[in-house]
Amino acid sequence: MSEKITGSEILIRALIDQGVDTVFGYPGGTIMPVYDRLYDFTDRIRHYLARHEQGAIHAAEGFARASGKPGVVIATSGPGAMNLTTGLNDALMDSTPIVAITGQVQSALLGKDAFQESDVVSVMLPVTKWAIQVRRPEDIAPAVARAFYIASSGRPGPVVIDIAKDAQTNMAEYKFEPCTFIRSYDPDPEIPEQVLSEAAAILNEAKRPMILAGHGITIAKAEEELISLAEKADIPVGCTMLGLSSIPSGHPLNKGLLGMHGNLGPNINTNKADVILAVGMRFDDRVTGDTSKYAPSAKIIHIDIDASEFDKTVKSNLHIHASAKTALSKLLPLIEPQKRSEWVDSFSQHEEVESERVMKREIEASTPDGKMLMGEVVNKVSEAFGHDAILVTDVGQNQLFSVRYFKFKSPRSCISSGGLGTMGFGLPAAIGAKIGVPYRNVVLFVGDGGLQMTIEELGMIMEYNVNVKIVLLNNNFLGNVRQWQHLFFNSRYSATPMVNPDFKTLASAYGIAAEDVPHRDNLDEAISRMVAHDGAFLLNVNIDEEDMVFPMTPGGHGVDEILLNSKEYYKPV
Amino acid sequence: MENQLFTISVFTENQVSLLHQISMIFSRRCLNIESLSVSACSIPGVHKFTITCCSYRAMMEHVVKQIEKRIDVLKAFLHTDDEIVFQEVALYKVPTASVLESNIEDIVRGNGARVLEIHPEYTVFEKTGHTDEITELFDKLKVLGLRQFVRSGRIAVTKAPEELVSDYLDRQERRRQDINNE
Repeated sequence: MSEKITGSEILIRALIDQGVDTVFGYPGGTIMPVYDRLYDFTDRIRHYLARHEQGAIHAAEGFARASGKPGVVIATSGPGAMNLTTGLNDALMDSTPIVAITGQVQSALLGKDAFQESDVVSVMLPVTKWAIQVRRPEDIAPAVARAFYIASSGRPGPVVIDIAKDAQTNMAEYKFEPCTFIRSYDPDPEIPEQVLSEAAAILNEAKRPMILAGHGITIAKAEEELISLAEKADIPVGCTMLGLSSIPSGHPLNKGLLGMHGNLGPNINTNKADVILAVGMRFDDRVTGDTSKYAPSAKIIHIDIDASEFDKTVKSNLHIHASAKTALSKLLPLIEPQKRSEWVDSFSQHEEVESERVMKREIEASTPDGKMLMGEVVNKVSEAFGHDAILVTDVGQNQLFSVRYFKFKSPRSCISSGGLGTMGFGLPAAIGAKIGVPYRNVVLFVGDGGLQMTIEELGMIMEYNVNVKIVLLNNNFLGNVRQWQHLFFNSRYSATPMVNPDFKTLASAYGIAAEDVPHRDNLDEAISRMVAHDGAFLLNVNIDEEDMVFPMTPGGHGVDEILLNSKEYYKPV
Repeated sequence: MENQLFTISVFTENQVSLLHQISMIFSRRCLNIESLSVSACSIPGVHKFTITCCSYRAMMEHVVKQIEKRIDVLKAFLHTDDEIVFQEVALYKVPTASVLESNIEDIVRGNGARVLEIHPEYTVFEKTGHTDEITELFDKLKVLGLRQFVRSGRIAVTKAPEELVSDYLDRQERRRQDINNE
């Protein structure tokens, strides 16, 4: 019979046995026994103290998205736990593996409105893949094993383990067994042979097929399979925002970004395609526009590991219920090599128009006062990093411009809050991403609004010397809301102008190198200094407030009804 | 997209929070659960929720998928009335004096009801049947001064030869053996 140890030590040992070496968190009353034990394991688990629990969980998300490993976050009960909800919902929407550990009041006090008591499991259930409350020390290790298995298998997602304080202090024997099976859960469904052959037949007969590459490719690490299949059958690829780095930007079959602010080619040709192979994507409304006008002539084959995504917003002709990797690797041998040059080339006419009518004025901007446009800044920063940095974005125009103009060479390089659109995600997520993959460059594009939502996390950068490059696209406006106000609310700028602090001074207060870029003439050199600087850097770029993201498919319009600017719809010849 | 009454059977592990996990999928879409009944099913350790809800098929199909997505849910099925054998039970409490003044035999025999208790003050009838049959007796007893009335949620079995969840459990058992190299 092995020695009894406290529940807190059981938790720490289980985390170590689960392969965890990095956690993000914030201590407080009911999680103190865990933090006390953590103090003895600092050589094996590195704890990063955030300045707010929301910062901690977004950092854990960034860590998970960049590294592919589950992100772990620890918080106390009540307010600590409640501050995790936004991040949990964000992780649920973007299929990010997160294990959140929350302290809970003593079991005897549960349900009695004890100090800092929240009904954590009830609150968290709608925003998590799974949540459990643990009241006995002997239940901690199995809960941890189960939590990691659930968070990282199938369609990954966030889980919560809510541990009562007495479970942390009471003693039990430690025995760890990894979880590999749950009776009520099948994360690895088999694909019937007939479904594969049907899918292959549809693809082989297709004249104008298109692949829609989603986040599922990154999650399943199926980039090679995607590219092999696309190349073998000569199928153009459109990427969702979170699928962007699944195929290099320069690949001749990568036709760019899908959706509301995507590229003309893949959006127009979605409605010309005769077959659509949707891989690990969920036909989000930002991708499809009005679904009644979406892909009218296409047979749709939908690959997803989450069966509840099938026919949710867009009806498909065939479902392949499997991970992107399994499905693509099984399809590959059944796909005939083909050349579809005419179809592949049909994207270029749209690319030319977009380049000429939209991108050129953005990249080669010439505002009289020297204020810069977001596209030109993103383009230059991407280039300065050899188009091979990890892009992290906040939410809004900074996000839409950076996913449009940033370029990718390597997989797992685009980290953005896609589903929930969480402002304040960017800064902590960039910190987590850099901690997750320290050998890669991490660049954050963030607006003046979003930066101030989690600006306290500059403290994490300061304390841990996290080398993230922060490009603040500062237009003293909540830019994306301003854009909609301009287009759809008669330019009534209600609550969108921002009175901002001096960001450079603010960064300096945290010991972070910073530079203001007031004029276009200063931009190139400032970027060079940022890239050359060994450590975190904040570039405060003076952005023209009139700058708007185009092309744009306004809400309620079809995917091929695209504004080139605020007045003119694209009319393909 | 015409609304109709659907019956959903959900097979789950027997764990805390499942009712919440299932009900939140309805409330998120502002769907009202018409009736709900939960108990152990014929397979040891497996619990069964029987839920009725009025909506259109595409909506209910997606609700069922989202229920099934919850980790602790084994399997969920959507049924229309022609695919299941279903029943409800109701209890009616009526003043004994007014029962005596009426035709008891007609109430009991005519409605397939049973008498559960006769007390000087009150008499309790029980009736099992479909919703409309229970309502029919309700209307009759109301005239006698019905004091209390309660109706259970619908319970249902399918017309399939076995529990629909059995196939799933067999498949999962094979998976478990594969994973553990048994």
